[in-house]
Amino acid sequence: MITLNVNGKPMSVDADPDTPLLWVLRDHLGMTGTKYGCGMALCGACTVHVSGQPARSCSTSLAAVAGKRITTIEGIGQTKEGRVLQEAWIANDVPQCGYCQSGQIMSAAALLAKVKRPTDAEIESAMSGNVCRCGTYNRISLAVRQASRNLK
Amino acid sequence: MNEFGIINLSRRDFLKAGAGLTLGVTVPSLAQMPGQGGRSVVAAGALEPNAFVRIGTDNTVTVIVKHLEMGQGTYTGLPTLVAEELDADWGQIRVEGAPADASRYNNLFLGALQGTGGSTALANSYEQMRKAGAAARAMLLAAAAERWNVAPDSITIARGAVMHLPSNRRTNFGQLAASAAKLPVPKEVQLKDPKDFALIGRRVTRTDSRAKSNGTAIYTQDVKLPGMLTALVAHPPRFGGKPKSFDAAKAKAVKGVVDVVAIPQGVAVLAHDFWSAKKGRDALAVEWDESGAFKLGSAEIMAEYKNLAATPGLPARKEGDLPGAFARAAKTLEAAYEFPYLAHACMEPMNCVVKLSADACEIWNGEQFQSIDQPEVAAVLGMKPEQVKLNMLFAGGSFGRRANPHADYLVEAVQIAKGIDGRAPVKLVWTREDDMRAGHYRPMYYHALKAGLDAQGNIVAWQHRIVGQSILAGTAFEGMMVKDGIDATSVEGAANLPYAVPNLGVELHSPKMGVPVQWWRSVGSTHTAFSTETFLDELAAAAGKDPYQVRRTLLAKSPRHKTVLEMAATEADWTTPLVSARVGDRRGRGIAVHESFNTVVAQVAEVTVKRDGSYRVDRVMCAVDCGLAVNPDVVRAQMESGIVYGLTAAMYGAITLKDGVVEQSNFHDYMPLRMNEMPRIGVYIARSSEKPTGVGEPATPVIAPAVANALFAATGKPIRSLPIRIQT
Repeated sequence: MITLNVNGKPMSVDADPDTPLLWVLRDHLGMTGTKYGCGMALCGACTVHVSGQPARSCSTSLAAVAGKRITTIEGIGQTKEGRVLQEAWIANDVPQCGYCQSGQIMSAAALLAKVKRPTDAEIESAMSGNVCRCGTYNRISLAVRQASRNLK
Repeated sequence: MNEFGIINLSRRDFLKAGAGLTLGVTVPSLAQMPGQGGRSVVAAGALEPNAFVRIGTDNTVTVIVKHLEMGQGTYTGLPTLVAEELDADWGQIRVEGAPADASRYNNLFLGALQGTGGSTALANSYEQMRKAGAAARAMLLAAAAERWNVAPDSITIARGAVMHLPSNRRTNFGQLAASAAKLPVPKEVQLKDPKDFALIGRRVTRTDSRAKSNGTAIYTQDVKLPGMLTALVAHPPRFGGKPKSFDAAKAKAVKGVVDVVAIPQGVAVLAHDFWSAKKGRDALAVEWDESGAFKLGSAEIMAEYKNLAATPGLPARKEGDLPGAFARAAKTLEAAYEFPYLAHACMEPMNCVVKLSADACEIWNGEQFQSIDQPEVAAVLGMKPEQVKLNMLFAGGSFGRRANPHADYLVEAVQIAKGIDGRAPVKLVWTREDDMRAGHYRPMYYHALKAGLDAQGNIVAWQHRIVGQSILAGTAFEGMMVKDGIDATSVEGAANLPYAVPNLGVELHSPKMGVPVQWWRSVGSTHTAFSTETFLDELAAAAGKDPYQVRRTLLAKSPRHKTVLEMAATEADWTTPLVSARVGDRRGRGIAVHESFNTVVAQVAEVTVKRDGSYRVDRVMCAVDCGLAVNPDVVRAQMESGIVYGLTAAMYGAITLKDGVVEQSNFHDYMPLRMNEMPRIGVYIARSSEKPTGVGEPATPVIAPAVANALFAATGKPIRSLPIRIQT
């Protein structure tokens, strides 16, 4: 048994320590908001926060996050950054197929937690690890800027 | 049933359904279309549960949407049509995906078939959904008139409120639903005059944005059934390979692995979870039978295509006297174009959940083509198509991929479930690598173009020869859409070249290759728009003419093309020269226009080429004529989306084969465009009161030629193969 703290709740998992956090969340804890896209940390669909830092859960082992504080898309709305981002995402109808958007919002939330008023270059740099095949990038960057303005 | 086929389903199903008003619509003229097999007109009193609208006593309006939501906005657009005629409040609208039943949910542009594709979802539903809403409104209004004992025309309905203003009485749909359900369906309904539209033509927010922003939207990948096993499949390394033998001992030794079964497509490892199945598959030893495997590489395929292009193909279009025109031409130009295979690479790799029972098969899927999937799955199981229940979930992208003409990944999932005798529900998951290497690509193509100019630089002769695999050969659509050897999807965009050229010939070679191919967002236009639109710029340059003005002249009789062309050029300030930001940078502007799926799109792209040969697309101005824009913001989103999808392919997209083995596997070698490479995009929608036409695909084919023409303008060197490589 390995214990994690997910969205503020302690959780115990009986899985091999080499199991990626992504599959621990999805298959063992039933939290499916975090998505599988590539399995190689290339697309960012699986982005979560580990101790407040953005991490690609497909390439982060369970062993590496034992005892750590993990935030997922299911919990990010409880933070002020997550809340303004989700509001901005809806206001701008950012999602199309939507499959990458959990990861997009998690990357954006990590950025805003660190830099409240990011420049366009900082947004680009923080978000370029997240792939969207529907091409919602311009709306994502618009929504991040809007959320940043709404962040008290 | 009344004359246009609205059925009050709730009269029969009232008790069973709980409460409320349920309406369905059929369109007899389509039911009567020839070639529909045994299907007859829905008989009077048949009461097929042909539901599109359900009004609950809780005052919700549920719209049953027959088309897959894969990002393009069907779960917003179709409900908008219902809500408009119903005078519902947008906030009370709920959405449900339709079950598989082509007798009720067929795509009116595809005859009797149920499926989503060809940018038809909103266009084919435009009147059908409005009628469904209007009929429901009429019944609610009649119920209110009866309840209040007032004349129906004294009642007002607006934003979900039903009001009798003279007596200041007010109610809502929910309170009227039960009594409305007992009333007859009106014989005919009056649709609104477009000038009275309250929702159509305006932005309403997407119905799926919230669920897709908080992780609650459910995709196939997220389905979990009790006792369900996750299956990963070891596939043969080459197309046409089969498993010969395998050793499952090591795979079965992996904790969590439950079973290993051979299926025609490979060897499946089943486990309690993905990671165990993955480790099991990694441990599996399979020997492949490659006697029927395809072993050519991309270079050999292209060499074969080049040879074919030197010989005449089958005629797809023939006008005027081509040999005579070439003989008289003052100048002749030739160019050849090469296009690679392309993968769809949806963010959600292909997957499917199957649950078998003795007399039924239930499937959860980003379901795009019910009328193919039901019979294909049924054939594997020896069932009737109607025994296959299809649950249509959100799809994490498709771009054509999930409408597989052979139901490839569904059949694979069903084979696995069958392989374990249906003892547990099965979720088939393809890894990114499986998905990338599974074929069903946009085909490779080779185009040879030749044109003749007269002394004034006018185009007097145009010969276009296309070489590439037929997408429709061997599919259920072959009989319908392959005529005299011409696959309509191989030549679309070329055979209907909009330019006024007096002598014109388009020819096609359709060689057979062992690589499975499929429609890919905008299908034939993905290559025909590129070769025709870049060749035209080469001709304009040879004649010393402005490529925008050349198009305007040649499109004098194509008003929709001309309008969007002029809009894009105006927005781009076409006549004002571009300024270089840095010394040594070269800038260029390119224009392209193309019609696909009855929608015309023009784009102007601006590029900067740096001294090291790298380039970036700075800005794209996109003008579209899609008839009436039901939701202008969704239209804008689809233009943006199409541009990014097409630009990704133009800059990076190539699936290549070496000795029959696909060389790419994941996003590091099949690169997607990322945010740091994004151009600014402006979308301009032409005013139109014509019926809406599709927007999911038509922006895609235009961006590559617009960018290539911009690079040509910047460097003086034409781009004749994709993905783009700049010669330094």
